[in-house]
Amino acid sequence: MWCDWCAHERAHPKEVKIMPYLAGLPVPESHVDYEEFWQGCRRHELVIQRCKDCGWYRHYPRPLCPKCYSWNAEWSKVSGKGKVWSWTIITHPIHPALDDMVPYNLVEIELIEQEGLRLISNLIDCKPEEIYIGMPAEVVFEEVNPEITLPRFKRTS
Amino acid sequence: MATIKDKYAIVGIGHTDYSLNSGRSELHLALEAITAAIEDAGLGFKDIDGIVGDHPSRVDAMTIGSALGLRDFGFFIETDFAGGGVPGGLLHAIAGIEAGRATSVVCYKSLNGSSKLTLPGFSFAAEPHELGFTRPFGLLAPAAYAALAARRHMHQYGTTSRQFGAIAVACRKHANRNPNAIMYGESMTIEDHQDSKMIADPLRLYDCYVEADGAAACVVTSAERAKDLRQWPVCIMAAGQACVPCLSRWTKDPTVNENETSYLARQLFSMAGLVPADVDVLQVYDDFTPLVLMAIEDMGFCSKGEGGPFVEGGRVVWPDGKLPLNTSGGNLSEGCIDGFNHVIEAVKQLRGTSTAQVKDAEVAMVCGATGVPTSGLILRR
Repeated sequence: MWCDWCAHERAHPKEVKIMPYLAGLPVPESHVDYEEFWQGCRRHELVIQRCKDCGWYRHYPRPLCPKCYSWNAEWSKVSGKGKVWSWTIITHPIHPALDDMVPYNLVEIELIEQEGLRLISNLIDCKPEEIYIGMPAEVVFEEVNPEITLPRFKRTS
Repeated sequence: MATIKDKYAIVGIGHTDYSLNSGRSELHLALEAITAAIEDAGLGFKDIDGIVGDHPSRVDAMTIGSALGLRDFGFFIETDFAGGGVPGGLLHAIAGIEAGRATSVVCYKSLNGSSKLTLPGFSFAAEPHELGFTRPFGLLAPAAYAALAARRHMHQYGTTSRQFGAIAVACRKHANRNPNAIMYGESMTIEDHQDSKMIADPLRLYDCYVEADGAAACVVTSAERAKDLRQWPVCIMAAGQACVPCLSRWTKDPTVNENETSYLARQLFSMAGLVPADVDVLQVYDDFTPLVLMAIEDMGFCSKGEGGPFVEGGRVVWPDGKLPLNTSGGNLSEGCIDGFNHVIEAVKQLRGTSTAQVKDAEVAMVCGATGVPTSGLILRR
């Protein structure tokens, strides 16, 4: 595979301080189908909905398994490890509220548990030029307020 | 299964000027386009008995029916997914006629997309539903979705920003012939594209559509009835909608062969009894250049990953390219009327009245947005 954007491996700090990232963006609203996901984040656990019959992880959460049509599902704690599947750097503020936030990174992380199991998030410890497709990363949790904790990612070796 | 092939026709088209600030309401714009389309067809208002609008709707079908003073309209509906859904509105019109609920149906789209901040679904309000998995992380605008898919395509296939730019430059060249295009008179070279500012890496400003104010409409009726009307009818060979279950809700995976656009194209070609090589002129929803490139691949005009080389070297440029693309300038340069401008342009090509007229154009294809539930048409002269 060819990619002129894939950067070299770089040294990275051992400890990463979780700083507020993109403060001021809308936070998730409570929704009966998704509540377990956000409760997991509050416990600093990444839990993904999984079919109890065929074992297929599904995110975003849905009541019915689209693979085997089973209603039996569980919330399964996953490793939180994955790789950058794609990324972008947002440089243009589409709304005045974003003026002070740009540029920021936006990544799609594919978790190791299943091909195609992807989450939208941010890398909290990378400069734009350091991000590349395939970069290993793992989840960290940012407590935005007492109700909401968001899963962000940091790089791993 | 019964086929709708060649049983229905587009008999009238109408549109407003496309501008950055219309100074009129969306209802006003819609009525301008609709009355122009009805007049173009040689019909009277009272002949219209079906209305197909668009959701997210700024002017719903009932409001239009009421504004036109229609008493006996027995069919009205709104299609979904904006740029994905617009061509599918004609499929709904046909369904209404097939069901015996209407005889002549008007389809329309109206928006003040430039003068008001009307990015689809964008707001800073607290969000229910799955947007909670994207917005807190800054995935806010359509450009960000397109950027993630574009980056992945570049990674997988070596596609370059200049190849995305080839689409933007082609659309601009076509817009430069179209006095109704917002970018009429504004030239663009590939260097201009490369110099334009980054919006959402790898998307540059000139990879993104031009927000516009305006409206467009058309009238659909049976091929039988079309024979007696004012215009040479443009025959609907195929109309379809397509949606596939997505593994990830968030972005289009450009490497997946089975997706909404490939499924749509298979349906349309099968219904029309045609293959990609039969298409004389192509109108593809062009909100962002990389998604056009991916749609061209998905429709089978070239193989997966070949979109970059395919669009380079003038193949999609009027008049010499083999597959002229978005000959009115498209959303990228004419202005975004959510893809209804693509339907209008396809009809103009087949009537022989385009400002970038493809010689002897007989078959035109229209494809809605990719990466969302989509729809499309194959039309013939």
